[in-house]
Amino acid sequence: MRYAMAIDTRKCVGCSDCVVACQTENNVPIGFCRDWVSETVDGTYPNVSIELRSERCNHCDNSPCVRCCPTGASHFEDGGIVLVTHNKCIGCGACIESCPYEARYSHPDGYVDKCTFCIHRVRKGEKPACVSVCPTSCMYFGDLEDPNSEIVNVLKNRKFKALAPEAGTKPQIFYLV
Amino acid sequence: MCISKYLIAKLKCYMKTRRDFIKISALGAGTLALGAGISRYTFGSTVLDDLLAMTGGGKEKLHRYPTYCEVCFWKCAGWAHVTEDGNIKKITGNYDDPQCNGKLCPRGTGGVGMYNDPDRLKTPLLRVIKDGKQTYREASWDEALDFVATKMSDMKAKYGPESMALFMHGSPANYLTHLMKAYGTGNMAAPSFAQCRGARDVGFEATFGESVSSPEVTDIRDTRCLVLIGSHIGENMHNGQVQEMSQAIDNGAVIITVDPRLSTAASKSKYWLPIKPSTDIALLLAWIHVLIYDDLYNKEYVAANAEGLEELKAHVVSFTPEWAYGITTLKPDLIRSTAREMANAAPSTIIHPGRHTAWYGDDVQRTRAIAILNALLGSWGNRGGIFFKEGIKIPEFPHPEYPKPAWTWKDLLNGNYPLANEAPTNLVIEASSPAGGQEAKIKGWVVAGTNLVSTVPLKEQFKKALQSLDLLIVVDTMPMEITGYADVVLPECTYLERYDDIRTTAHREPTLGLRMPAVDPKNQTKPAWWIAKQLGERLGLAAFFNYKEYTEVLDWQLKQVGSSLAEMQRIGVKKIARKTSPYIEPGTPHIFKTASGKIQLFSHELAAAGFDPMPLFTKHPEPEEGFYRLIYGRAPMHTFSRTANNPNLVALMPENSVWVNPQVAGIWGFKKDQYVWLKNQDGEISKFPVKVRLTERIRWDSVYIVHGFGHHHKPLHLAYGRGANDTEMITNVMIDPIMGGTGMRGNFITFIKDDPRKETES
Repeated sequence: MRYAMAIDTRKCVGCSDCVVACQTENNVPIGFCRDWVSETVDGTYPNVSIELRSERCNHCDNSPCVRCCPTGASHFEDGGIVLVTHNKCIGCGACIESCPYEARYSHPDGYVDKCTFCIHRVRKGEKPACVSVCPTSCMYFGDLEDPNSEIVNVLKNRKFKALAPEAGTKPQIFYLV
Repeated sequence: MCISKYLIAKLKCYMKTRRDFIKISALGAGTLALGAGISRYTFGSTVLDDLLAMTGGGKEKLHRYPTYCEVCFWKCAGWAHVTEDGNIKKITGNYDDPQCNGKLCPRGTGGVGMYNDPDRLKTPLLRVIKDGKQTYREASWDEALDFVATKMSDMKAKYGPESMALFMHGSPANYLTHLMKAYGTGNMAAPSFAQCRGARDVGFEATFGESVSSPEVTDIRDTRCLVLIGSHIGENMHNGQVQEMSQAIDNGAVIITVDPRLSTAASKSKYWLPIKPSTDIALLLAWIHVLIYDDLYNKEYVAANAEGLEELKAHVVSFTPEWAYGITTLKPDLIRSTAREMANAAPSTIIHPGRHTAWYGDDVQRTRAIAILNALLGSWGNRGGIFFKEGIKIPEFPHPEYPKPAWTWKDLLNGNYPLANEAPTNLVIEASSPAGGQEAKIKGWVVAGTNLVSTVPLKEQFKKALQSLDLLIVVDTMPMEITGYADVVLPECTYLERYDDIRTTAHREPTLGLRMPAVDPKNQTKPAWWIAKQLGERLGLAAFFNYKEYTEVLDWQLKQVGSSLAEMQRIGVKKIARKTSPYIEPGTPHIFKTASGKIQLFSHELAAAGFDPMPLFTKHPEPEEGFYRLIYGRAPMHTFSRTANNPNLVALMPENSVWVNPQVAGIWGFKKDQYVWLKNQDGEISKFPVKVRLTERIRWDSVYIVHGFGHHHKPLHLAYGRGANDTEMITNVMIDPIMGGTGMRGNFITFIKDDPRKETES
């Protein structure tokens, strides 16, 4: 099993519903977020294009955050989900520094927090909150090792990219372009 | 310069008048608790603790209650999930609701912030004079309601009930409209008409005999070609439409977007037409020209359903794409190829009617041109075009007949705006102060759920009215600017804390939706149905409110249509099978709701009223050197000005920015994220500075800001002073002579780099 996410930049309108849904689902304190929306603009008026992306922890296969964690709080769960065990985390912030995606933040309660792929929902057979709320249905979540999964299907049929592949972390969030 | 001095002087003089603007937090000692609660509210850790405590630990057992959203007018149905200790943890969509398909938008998901907002109105407030100064004091409901009822009874005796007007938005409007009708006035006005969708509705009614209603009956899901002209789906988060546009993208539909700005929708379009602002009618006429003269229109459909083709053909003969090029700056080839795309996909083509259409004062004519294009393509009544809605009518709870008002807002028209079929707010506001030696006809306002100050761009008329009114009552959940002018503030609870009328949607299929309280109302807040009933009883109108609890009304109504309150409490949304076809049935002639039963390409109605029977392009003023046309719009995480203090949504977008093309920024020497003040053509300067956003997404001759920011009411602790208020910059208003809409896109702004007020004070 290898969980991953594919996000269709042709459909995303950048509304940030994924951000609010994550905040209410996971009690993320207001002023912080586990996911966010980026916009890149290319060209000059009127030959201009934009790309909107919902971004979050890439649950990398080769995760610098797991490797650098001195206490083992950052670890892999089933399906490659990278998690932080809050009560093992000493809040040293090494993982925050090591992450090429700036996906982690210091929670005011003293530990480091980030996207969990909503593991509590996924284990019940539900989709992550961000995926299930998205009004444009631009996010696909599933198991890359299941050839019949929706995510495998879209990745087979569409061009896609990952962010900062040069960091060599083997990210598992794919952007359909 | 002394412009600011002038403003300060004006402000000072204004303070001496009879209705001072009172900041609701600036209250006496009796309200310490309220003040203390608010001042703690920053993004510091205290509030985080509070909010964490509010949302619980995450492992709670949740109980869900059905609701439909009130953050915008789309009214998506969902579930409020409540923890065992009575806090709303989250709100999610109802999968049975075709308006949202189980997915709320960011505002709906963040609706919980409306409930948790520490700045909410908490108790009734009465305007009193203390130490020679006007201020508010807290009052009990009995005292506030008695005061209002006595005042309204006096006014009825003195001026007649017609002297009261209601300004309204959203659910509270239902009960207050009922109250006002029972009281004897017909003067109800919603900004959604003259400031928003009115021109579109009138334009489509003049063409097809009916409007596209809300949610719009556009079949975007099944369309093959979607044309957006000044409609930015995705930034306006009209949920069902956003979802359907996404489906259309998946289905490979061609999207054509006309916008001076690279909107989100434009960025997803096959064709983006970066039109010069204010020239839309020229483009529409050129498209009509191409469809007719290149023989691309739907001949069979037009022959069967429309009249006036010959007149239209003669009318557009000279409106070639080459003619339009000089006006719109859009290349003739692009105009032709997009017209061909529309025709290729027809009748599964939608020229979207838009929603906020109060632009240049010739807005009915522009929306008429859009309607005519749809008619030529045969989209009205066809799959992938515009479908016929079907709804379910719920009977009114029995009540005595309303008294007939001696006069209504229609009598204020004086022969103007003949096609206004709802009251233009601007007209009612104008009638609220003396003019031409005549006493004001309107003497009292009830304002419910609408922040008129940020909605209606008639500052002077508004100020005059405020000084002439005998009574101003505001019903709201938040201390919006308008509450500062009220004599009485009646705090409404949020939609998550109350029952409301059954949502009956007319769309692809009829649905019923229930809103019930998920939690008890906070503080002393009350539902609007209760406020209306209490006032009614005090006004001797108890027979109109013949129930104890609103659940009696809902259960009775639901039972009339084969459901019940108990059933709806369980399911939230009930779909009802459609009885009629959503499309024109082949071989069956369709009778349109126009006078002749046919689509009016040539409008006899407009001709009879003395207007152009077919749309014409009018040239509108352009910005002078150093000025830029002010374009405003929406952001997906905010609704008008009403969400600007919602903690969850403020976190997503705390302020607006002014979009400036980098070339323009180069001329001004702007740096990224620099703050500037805006000044318009009439010398109006923004109250607060706004951040410059350098972006290639905007033209050189225009700037863009998102509507709803720049609040100046300090009790809105998160919203206060953040960004610029577009309404403040709109001092040139072009009234549509056909229906009284307020065109707001004819304002030009320039920049001030240093604090203009600081300069004059020193």
